[in-house]
Amino acid sequence: MLIANIDSYAPIVVVALIALTMAAGMLTLAHVLGPKARHGSVKDAPYESGMPPIGSTHRRLNVRFYIVAVLFLLFDVEVIFLWPWAKVFHAAAANGVTIPLENGGVADKGFLLIGMGIFFSLLVFGLLYEWKKGAFRWE
Amino acid sequence: MIEFLTSQFGVSAQFVVSVVLALVVIGAMQGGVAYCIYFERKISAWIQDRYGPNRVGPLGLLQPVADGVKFFFKEDVVPRHVDKVLFILAPGMIMFVSLIGFAAIPWGGQLQLGEKLVNIQVANPDIGLLYILGVASMGVYGVVIGGWASNSKYPFFGAIRATAQMISYEIPMGLCILVVVLTMGTLRLEDITQLQTGYWLGFIPQWNMFLHPLAFLILFICVLAEANRAPFDLSEAEQELVGGFHTEYSALKFGMFFLAEYGHMITSSALITVLFLGGWHLPWFSWTQPEATQWYAVVAKMGVISAKIVVFLFLMMWIRWTLPRFRFDQLMRLAWQRLIPVTLALFVLTVGLLYFGLHRSPVWALSGNAVIVVVMLVSAGTVGKEVTGRQPNLPRIQESPGAAALAGV
Repeated sequence: MLIANIDSYAPIVVVALIALTMAAGMLTLAHVLGPKARHGSVKDAPYESGMPPIGSTHRRLNVRFYIVAVLFLLFDVEVIFLWPWAKVFHAAAANGVTIPLENGGVADKGFLLIGMGIFFSLLVFGLLYEWKKGAFRWE
Repeated sequence: MIEFLTSQFGVSAQFVVSVVLALVVIGAMQGGVAYCIYFERKISAWIQDRYGPNRVGPLGLLQPVADGVKFFFKEDVVPRHVDKVLFILAPGMIMFVSLIGFAAIPWGGQLQLGEKLVNIQVANPDIGLLYILGVASMGVYGVVIGGWASNSKYPFFGAIRATAQMISYEIPMGLCILVVVLTMGTLRLEDITQLQTGYWLGFIPQWNMFLHPLAFLILFICVLAEANRAPFDLSEAEQELVGGFHTEYSALKFGMFFLAEYGHMITSSALITVLFLGGWHLPWFSWTQPEATQWYAVVAKMGVISAKIVVFLFLMMWIRWTLPRFRFDQLMRLAWQRLIPVTLALFVLTVGLLYFGLHRSPVWALSGNAVIVVVMLVSAGTVGKEVTGRQPNLPRIQESPGAAALAGV
């Protein structure tokens, strides 16, 4: 079991090391090989199509971007819940696997379907609520 | 050689094959990425009735080599106003992410080595699909760190736009892949490929594309958006944001953003191929069946999957030079008000099919898809309609909708 896991995950570590070496190597090589960068007040200014920059860069942004980030957090976490369920539900529905419960009963495909049905309707309700609330209105 | 390594160092034959394959694939991907840029320029030239690069070598074929060398010898500017550590970290990070994504892709089925069968796949974890999805969502870090560290307005706006876009399209993408997981019942990409090698009616290959065409199409759209490709390239809209998040970058650091974008395209094309087009499976040929484990069969399978990837790369380039760019509100509306509801409906459909044991039945799956398409087309004109121009009578966004307002959705 342990050996099987090493076989399936150890190569990922090797790939990560190769990728890390390549990325670091490229950055270093470009720094070493390229001519030394010269600096000047104009060259070091932020590029704004030739206009002198006005004000700070990190200004306040449109709140919609923030809303999208919050929505993403909610939805992505909800979708992640569907993944293990999908695997279990496939085993229950296609292969007839059942899971014993603590109270002596068993969870079959109908049980899993109802459980996900409640969760899923909450997800859809949330989406409709945000929609009605105007979270997707970008005009 | 392999026997020596396994006996001396106690590593398995699979591990040796994995490491060799990792080196080969990383090399091939770097070459492939360089030539992707060449073909991007050639294809744009054909579409716009120009010649494209044709000076360096025959047909300009040595252009990527010249570009690569040039990138290394350019002045490596780190402007004084940037956050130096993050500024240097960002291209390294995006490069790293684009290089590790391919590790779970099955490139050529299985190979018979002596008495053992080894997978022609760098790593075959139980959660291969989740691994690729996780790595793909890490791509947003390079973009947002690069844009933030540049400390300049255009890169900042580009990074914010790219972040909003990439996280929005990740949800329909995840749901589309979930449709495949529900149908196949496994997250191992090699198993998903092998499950698609049968035939319907004796001649139609059992590729998921023919079961869930809608999910296939939406996944392709989401992949375009995730890779920041046109028509979703708002993060680098030249007319509005100069170069987007990499405006302040020069020399190889800029090149690394470019290489990473094409690396990302190759990995996602490979993912779509495996999930919906049967991976290395080519119907009717005995060499590309799961039973064929000779070395020449593996080579043939690698050729097949590469050909499928090339088709997708060409499609992406063709789309880029044909379609105009979206506006940002259209982009967000497409994700949240169109793709997410449709993929949620697809999810319900697949769960229903699975419940009645019809998940591999093309007739039922296709009729379900057809119903969703019809509902989609009928509701397209009324639900979440686009608001353009001056709107003096636009209803105010409700402060507290309550149940009564929700009834009118």
